[in-house]
Amino acid sequence: MVRIEKLHKSYVTGSNSLHVLKGIDVEINKGEMVSIMGSSGSGKSTLLNIIGILDNYDEGGYYLDGELIKNMSEAKAAIHRNRTLGFVFQQFNLISFKNALENVALPLYYQKISRKKRNIIAMEYLDKMGLRDWAHHMPNELSGGQKQRIAIARSLISKPKVILADEPTGALDTTISYEVMDILKEINADGITMIIVTHEHDIAEMTQRIIRLKDGIIESNVTNGKKKQVAAV
Amino acid sequence: MFDIDLYREIWQAITKNKMRSTLTAFGVFWGIFMLVALAGAGKGFQNGINKQLEGFATNAAFMWTEPTTVPYNGFKKGRSWSYDNADMEAVLHHVPEIEYLVPRLEAYKQSSVNNCVYKDKYGTFQVQGDYPDLANVQPFKMARGRFLNDMDIKNNRKVCVIGSRVEEVLFTNGENPIGKYMRVSGVYFQIVGVTSPDGNIQIGADKKESVQIPFTTVQQTFNYGDIVHYFSFTAKKDYSVSDIENRVMEILKKRNDIAPKDNSAVGHVNIEKQFMIMKYLFMGINGLTYLVGLGTLLAGIIGISNIMLVIVKERTKEIGIKRALGATPYNIIRQIIMESTILTLSAGYVGLILGILLNEALGVALQGTMSEVLLNPGIDLKAGLTALFILVVAGALAGLLPASKAVKVKPIDAIREE
Repeated sequence: MVRIEKLHKSYVTGSNSLHVLKGIDVEINKGEMVSIMGSSGSGKSTLLNIIGILDNYDEGGYYLDGELIKNMSEAKAAIHRNRTLGFVFQQFNLISFKNALENVALPLYYQKISRKKRNIIAMEYLDKMGLRDWAHHMPNELSGGQKQRIAIARSLISKPKVILADEPTGALDTTISYEVMDILKEINADGITMIIVTHEHDIAEMTQRIIRLKDGIIESNVTNGKKKQVAAV
Repeated sequence: MFDIDLYREIWQAITKNKMRSTLTAFGVFWGIFMLVALAGAGKGFQNGINKQLEGFATNAAFMWTEPTTVPYNGFKKGRSWSYDNADMEAVLHHVPEIEYLVPRLEAYKQSSVNNCVYKDKYGTFQVQGDYPDLANVQPFKMARGRFLNDMDIKNNRKVCVIGSRVEEVLFTNGENPIGKYMRVSGVYFQIVGVTSPDGNIQIGADKKESVQIPFTTVQQTFNYGDIVHYFSFTAKKDYSVSDIENRVMEILKKRNDIAPKDNSAVGHVNIEKQFMIMKYLFMGINGLTYLVGLGTLLAGIIGISNIMLVIVKERTKEIGIKRALGATPYNIIRQIIMESTILTLSAGYVGLILGILLNEALGVALQGTMSEVLLNPGIDLKAGLTALFILVVAGALAGLLPASKAVKVKPIDAIREE
């Protein structure tokens, strides 16, 4: 589903160049649930952003569902983000002046689906998250766990192939974190590829594979439970 | 498809910071308001002047005599002189481009205090000797009766045409003056017509207070011999009066022993030149109007563009989230441009309407006043639509820079923006 070959990425600020990703090779199969771990500055978020086509890269290749994603036009990238990818962020990133229902329905707006139709679909997804009664509340009236479930519903509504979650439990307490992880596992069970960036071991333990990054290279790539070491590059 | 969500978002964005939106919109409002108010007033001023000049022969010149300023042919300078009938014939003969040549006598001696008497009423009015052709140079309407005609001239008839003020003073109880005899400087004349006070521009005395007598009658009755005080003439079609003016003056100077280089002996006014001056004046007023109005409008639009930059900056994160959810650059740019266009257009529309209302109010307030300086002020439909079109384009342009800035940022940088 996601194939990355010899990926390099540097951030240039003025005369300083910061080499963040130094040759990443990784493949994530369809239906897998993978976590990317690493200390801050290891490049894990950068990698996720590149996979999400929110950021570009300098060298190497990134294939999403077999298609090379490189120097892609913003218009084409928007279609991929809308149809193939779903995002879950640490800070939820709900749009503050739209209510829960409108937030969930937003990706369908960009697919030019009529307001009536997309509100019906959005309500179904809110129902799945157990938030039907909160549909017309504004984000600032909701708890962190509720907000994250709304964000997950929003990421699912366009039936993406891959969900990208950047520290999805980072702003939540343990109980709520585990609830959110259960939801993500359920989604994964439906066949959607799941890539989670986290620095919490207990969260990573819930995924099928853990990819550890250190200083821009893959330190280890371990399938959970089997404790089998996959050759690091 | 009418995209209700788009308009809801635009409305939300504009009303989120009402004070800021209002102040920003005020710049555009004021620009358009100024433009419309000034252009309308300018137009009204022009209408007013044009109304007064209505029918006036623009291809006309007027000449009278002034004391000489250069000694010539044995005459000292400072000599007073007059034209005579022969001068008129000579001018007509030598300058065939002249269409009408209308001499006049300003009978000052007969215009002394209480010179006009009818029964027990009397008043002081200006007595003039005129030709029927006067109507072709400075047209006027008759309120009653007729103007002087060729038979009056030919037969030296003792008839007269009076102005509206003369009628008011001498015929107080609604008596019809036509056919009545009034005494002018001791001589009785039969009244054949009363001129209408309509139209304002005239050369010489105020026609409302004039008593016009056939030219030949005045010369004979009041002992003016063959003197002509003043004359007006128009050029034939396709000739410019400015071109023949000098030739006429040369002829007059030569016949009356005036030094060719004496530039003040022949007093003259060229209406064509006056009209050109008026035309340039209007052009100047219009130019100034548009300079000030468009300048203010431009400042307002720059203000909009500026505030859109701030709005876009404030909403960077929101825009980033939307792009992560699949908003294309087109979606983003469209929304920002629509926002700035709607802000500009609504502000401009209010300015346009208020500007037009102000002009209408001025028009009503000044209607029927003596001056009629502003006649039907206001802008025409075409100018109004042009202004609206300019607003739409300007609003879109004002949004373009902020919009392109908004999509230039990488989505991830936008999302991380706090």
